Amino acid sequence: MMQTFRFDPVELPEAAETLRRDVRKFLEKEMAGAGPRSDSWSAFNPDFSRKMGERGWIGMTWPKQYGGHERTALERYVLLEELLAAGAPVSAHWVADRQSGPLLLRFGTEEQRKFFLPKIAAGECYFCIGMSEPDSGSDLASIRTRAVQSNGGWVVNGTKLWTSNAHHCNYMILLARTAEKNENRHEGMTQFVVDLKAPGVKIRPIKNLAGDHHFNEVVFTDYYIPNERIVGTLHNGWRQVMNELAFERSGPERLLSAFTLVVELVRAAGPEPSERAAVAIGRLVAHLYTLRRMSLSVAGMLQAGLMPELEAAVVKDLGTLCEQEIPEVARLLMDCEPDPNASDAFVATLAQTMLYAPSFSIRGGTREILRGIIARGLGLR
Amino acid sequence: MSDARETRQLITDAAHRLFDQYVSREVQEKAEAGTWPGALWTALEEAGLTLAAVPEQFGGTGGAVGDELAVLRASGRYATPVPLAETMLAGWLLADAGLKVPLGPMSLAPTQRTDALSLAKTAAGWTLSGTAHRVPWGRSVQHVAVLAKAPGGNAVALVKAGAAKVESGANLAGEPRDSLVFNNVALAPDSVSKTGTTPDDLMQMGALMRAAQMTGALERILDLAVRYAGERSQFGRNIGKFQAVQQQLAVLAGQVAASGRAVESAYEQREQAGDLAFAAAVAKARVGEAASIGAGIAHQVHGAIGFTHEHMLHYSTRRLWSWRSEFGGDAYWQELIGRRIAKAGADKLWPLMTGTAG
Repeated sequence: MMQTFRFDPVELPEAAETLRRDVRKFLEKEMAGAGPRSDSWSAFNPDFSRKMGERGWIGMTWPKQYGGHERTALERYVLLEELLAAGAPVSAHWVADRQSGPLLLRFGTEEQRKFFLPKIAAGECYFCIGMSEPDSGSDLASIRTRAVQSNGGWVVNGTKLWTSNAHHCNYMILLARTAEKNENRHEGMTQFVVDLKAPGVKIRPIKNLAGDHHFNEVVFTDYYIPNERIVGTLHNGWRQVMNELAFERSGPERLLSAFTLVVELVRAAGPEPSERAAVAIGRLVAHLYTLRRMSLSVAGMLQAGLMPELEAAVVKDLGTLCEQEIPEVARLLMDCEPDPNASDAFVATLAQTMLYAPSFSIRGGTREILRGIIARGLGLR
Repeated sequence: MSDARETRQLITDAAHRLFDQYVSREVQEKAEAGTWPGALWTALEEAGLTLAAVPEQFGGTGGAVGDELAVLRASGRYATPVPLAETMLAGWLLADAGLKVPLGPMSLAPTQRTDALSLAKTAAGWTLSGTAHRVPWGRSVQHVAVLAKAPGGNAVALVKAGAAKVESGANLAGEPRDSLVFNNVALAPDSVSKTGTTPDDLMQMGALMRAAQMTGALERILDLAVRYAGERSQFGRNIGKFQAVQQQLAVLAGQVAASGRAVESAYEQREQAGDLAFAAAVAKARVGEAASIGAGIAHQVHGAIGFTHEHMLHYSTRRLWSWRSEFGGDAYWQELIGRRIAKAGADKLWPLMTGTAG
């Protein structure tokens, strides 16, 4: 008999519920007059991020000596879910708070921690992810960006792709090949902190299908990185990246990207919905309620120092599936022509969600890759 | 928490050992043909598993409600052909009304929203009238706990099963689903008690227990499908080596994981006296959907052999196909959730989901 998955119960500590009330109060003020926004963790707003930093809501779980606040992962979870449910524009600091900061905390040098973490926690220093390349998406180990040792540092040549917010960010965590491929293709990669304002970096916008500019192509030409900007151990990049992904995949953003549309759908359906609408809404909420409990459970396990890579993959697969269903269910219930510029909040949110939905099951690991991970967990691979 | 976790694991292990010993293929087949698995039932009763969460003062084992979940999940995993959930449900209904719970297999009525049963006062006690349709294991049990309308409110009656006229029926898994006709059945005064429990409450608790059993059944079909994919060879390799099969099994595994968490969350709400109505509705709706998706995948992976009577997969899948519709199907519970949200309003959706609606 298999005991493959573990989703332990989580009870939120009182501190987390107190925080929830504070966050709601803050959002009520900050979000007053803002229309509903779907996929709000791709909305970049440095002013909002600085306010978050002032309140101690970035790098919450990090040690105080690095600008953190030594709060629990469960408190952080509650903060994040409240922000996402309200559609707050959290994109600027999101990646740094979620994975770059924790990466530096775990693998970085003391100097790196002292330099970067307090700035991140203040909501003033933004990071992007330098993993994907033109010919390396799901097959990350095939990256071709190369760093070659030279003059007490490294010279980088290569191209990163689908780099969200590179044009706004200060730094990138770059994954580059630092040794020739041998029989183990996961060896010989290294992570670096890269200053995107330094010479040798060219950032070109790539508009998405909604006409928005989040993605970029980032080209490095003879770009020099000093040795002290290596993150962790030379050639150990793969293992460090895998560690980062557990954080990247398990959060509430993997089920709440389309939540504001559910809220608008409930509003549009009114207090006496048709039987069809009540059933469809009830079904979505049954999924979301369960997903939230699963995701919370993963947060609890991360807090306990476990590495629930498998469970994170399950949450992301099911979560994004549900997120993608939301606009379809909404569309079929409320007959309207989707228009992102409509004055009607439901129509506009529906249009926006519809256009962004394809990305949900691609970013952070495609559905197929996640299911491959789950299948490995079942002992099939 | 870790103590409760350990207790639960002990109970799960004990239940698995017991079912391993007593739920053989032969017992399954005979039970479906109408032979009561007496040895299995006696073993369950001796292990104190039939009334796991009924307080001791009412005749139960006095365990936590989570113990009930552990036993039901295990029984679902083994497709155990006895009215274990029904006995627990009847025990809950009786104890909640302050009635002593007897030993022996029990069932409950009504299980259908359209059934109406009534109690009338007489000089000697009470009489019970009405027909209860599709009563699980109606012909096999010793007692039925009946929730009926009485003058001035609802009451619970403990009725000897022999007092009813039985019309046999069955669900897809061959589990008895019988009509019980109560024709002015005379009851002693001490076998009836007023209750605050409504038919909706009973429905909710029945849904929760079915969801617990279904979670066990889903775990079982995942086990079977993964094992089969590792044994069956086509095109020169195990079919589990094909990505198309792996991806399907990953979907099944996700449904199993979601079901487990949905049911556990509902039991947590019950244990903490939280919003059980919401969580139980979510559990039955979510697990019902998982049952449909999961059974489909398990059969697809098994191919033709899984469609035979000889293979054991159908003991689990026929139960899933029945149970998902018992005590309210997916859509019944989905609508209930949807209406509750609509009534609360869009801005209360998130507080409802997080249990912070106040």
